Amino acid sequence: MAVMTYREALNEALREEMARDPDVFLMGEEVAEYDGAYKVSKGLLAEFGEQRVVDSPISELGFTGLGVGAAMAGLRPVIEFMTFNFAFLAIDQVINSAAKMYYMSEGQFPMPIVFRGPTGAALQLSAQHSQACETYYSHAPGCKVVTPGTPADAKGLLKAAIRDNDPVAFMEGELLYNFKGEVPDDDDFVIPLGVADLKHEGGDVSIITHGKMIHVALQAAQKLEKEGIHADVLDLRTIRPLDMDAILETVQKTNRAVYLEEGWPYAGTGAQIVSMIQEEAFDHLDAPIIRVTQADVPMPYAKNLEMLAKPSANHVIEAVNRVLYR
Amino acid sequence: MAETKTKTKAKEKSAKKNDPLGQHGISGELALDLMRDMLLYRRFEEKAEEAYAIGKIGGFCHLHIGQEAAAAGSIKPLRRDDYVMSAYREHTQALAKGVHPNAVMAELYGRKDGASGGKGGSMHIFDAECRFMGGHGIVGGQVPLATGIGWKIKYKGEDTVSLVFMGDAAVNQGGFHEALNMAAVWQLPCIFVVENNEYGMGTAFSRVSRTDMATKSTPHGIPAHSVDGQDVLATYAFFRDLADKVRQGAGPQFVDLQTYRFRGHSMSDPVSGTYRSVEEVEQAKHERDPIAILRDVLMKAGLLDQATLEDMDAEARELSAEAADFADASPLPGPEALYTNVWAEINPNGRLFFDGRPESEEAS
Ligand SMILES: Cc1ncc(C[n+]2csc(CCOP(=O)(O)OP(=O)(O)O)c2C)c(N)n1
Ligand SMILES: [Mg+2]
Repeated sequence: MAVMTYREALNEALREEMARDPDVFLMGEEVAEYDGAYKVSKGLLAEFGEQRVVDSPISELGFTGLGVGAAMAGLRPVIEFMTFNFAFLAIDQVINSAAKMYYMSEGQFPMPIVFRGPTGAALQLSAQHSQACETYYSHAPGCKVVTPGTPADAKGLLKAAIRDNDPVAFMEGELLYNFKGEVPDDDDFVIPLGVADLKHEGGDVSIITHGKMIHVALQAAQKLEKEGIHADVLDLRTIRPLDMDAILETVQKTNRAVYLEEGWPYAGTGAQIVSMIQEEAFDHLDAPIIRVTQADVPMPYAKNLEMLAKPSANHVIEAVNRVLYR
Repeated sequence: MAETKTKTKAKEKSAKKNDPLGQHGISGELALDLMRDMLLYRRFEEKAEEAYAIGKIGGFCHLHIGQEAAAAGSIKPLRRDDYVMSAYREHTQALAKGVHPNAVMAELYGRKDGASGGKGGSMHIFDAECRFMGGHGIVGGQVPLATGIGWKIKYKGEDTVSLVFMGDAAVNQGGFHEALNMAAVWQLPCIFVVENNEYGMGTAFSRVSRTDMATKSTPHGIPAHSVDGQDVLATYAFFRDLADKVRQGAGPQFVDLQTYRFRGHSMSDPVSGTYRSVEEVEQAKHERDPIAILRDVLMKAGLLDQATLEDMDAEARELSAEAADFADASPLPGPEALYTNVWAEINPNGRLFFDGRPESEEAS
């Protein structure tokens, strides 16, 4: 095991996959000469050259479409969005072209492409730069959505995403890039898409979550331990494909669940998961499932309002208390 | 005869060259005002820089230092009822359009008395009264919006103009070209201004475009103009005349306003690095500082002496310090502000908020 940052883990995954397959290339704004806006692609230009590590103009729709076309013709693009906030300009190509290509061509054109970059809020970046975007992508059949929360998951899942033959929205977290953790040394460390991970074990309540919210969930779980409440924290890791077996397992064990996500509640990931739990495990539930989300407003700039808007460990604890009828 | 004529013309020309104010039809008084404006912008941004360093301002903060003449020269000739819209490097443009420095600084601080109530921050300064139509954070996103404002002006038969700023990198967005095409087709009173500071973050314009900036509007049938945006007198005169033309129905215009950024892209980016050398920046500061350029003109014309300049500068510093004190004293927005202005109407029927939090119940 090596200890490295989330950023370094992503960098290693890119480097290894580019070395492994000459058809993998990286394109996006500032990825080459600037080493990436968040330095995820540091050193890759020097190692792989400018044909494979490419600075694009600020033309999100254009370079996303270019990636989709290159994938149709057989390459394996990794398209970096400086952040997913800017991918709204490109979502037409992701949904209308990438996600539907295999289906509408009746399997003639696989779409081995990764769209990656940070999603969600950082600190005081205000309304247009602080959005958790995963549900836009998971809504569309044909698109896979991966949300790693630790360095190990970042590395193993990015390698899997690049090898996958479907379009993958690979959603990182700006506040995670400096987060350190252990990563297996194995240079073929691949985590299959669609496998959740129990990040904390307890039997009283299930906190189910994804992406950087696992850290908020773990913080809540630790505080709850002190009050004698033991929580399962289930990290979905990929929200489509979805590890429904793992969800049912924890819910059947604890009979009480809270879904925590960074984005807005309406038609969010939690809405989907709560619906499926009640369909498939209704008899196991001892309380309604409660969702903890961002406040249902655009992200405000002011520090105090931003703090109120973001889901916190305290919100999670309140929700846990409610499902435990405490 | 013909020879004498040319000679007189040449004489006139060189006389004008020695008299930049006369050449541009700008009075000494106006020129001094432009000096005051630019000094304020410079000191205001330095104050913001200071406040950022001690954590009073958070998030992204993009300074306009080095580009002061571009703001003063293009906005000051406009009328109060003309519309101005911009991207995220917009603090001084807001000042130029008449937004009070206190309101701009309080917005940077995220306070209640900020131009956007503290909810927008550095990138989202709005002031409807001044017709300052915002700070927008998505590169190129504001260009179609400003075209829509042009549409409204024409629709209502008004004689105002819609002026929009964008960075050089924005012209590579599809929306830019879609907007220019529509503005041309419908002959809308829009002035599209590229603040061409040669770089989009760490990418030189020449690395992402095969053609020059001044060609970008040509395919759409919109006249292009290149202006030295470090020369505030030339910029002012140019925009004064252009705005008049557009008001009289000349149709949309495109301006390559050539300028240079003296600071990093944002407070968290380096001033120089692999993308531009320290020497390049130092040379630009030395040769292309808009404040120094105007200072030299005014001193040469005998309109300004060192003591007056120092007084003006002291005044600019004072206004900036006042703005910072005002911002500091302004309260944070109250918690109830979280749920205000999400919707213009809280309908009696139907639920609008879905987070299940008590605060939202209060609001709905
Ligand atoms: C659509 C979009 N893509 C990327 C970004 C990130 N970003 C913010 S500013 C910027 C550079 C823009 O440069 P330019 O247009 O030249 O304006 P300048 O900053 O030089 O004023 C980038 C890439 C963004 N805000 N929006
Ligand atoms: Mg620029």
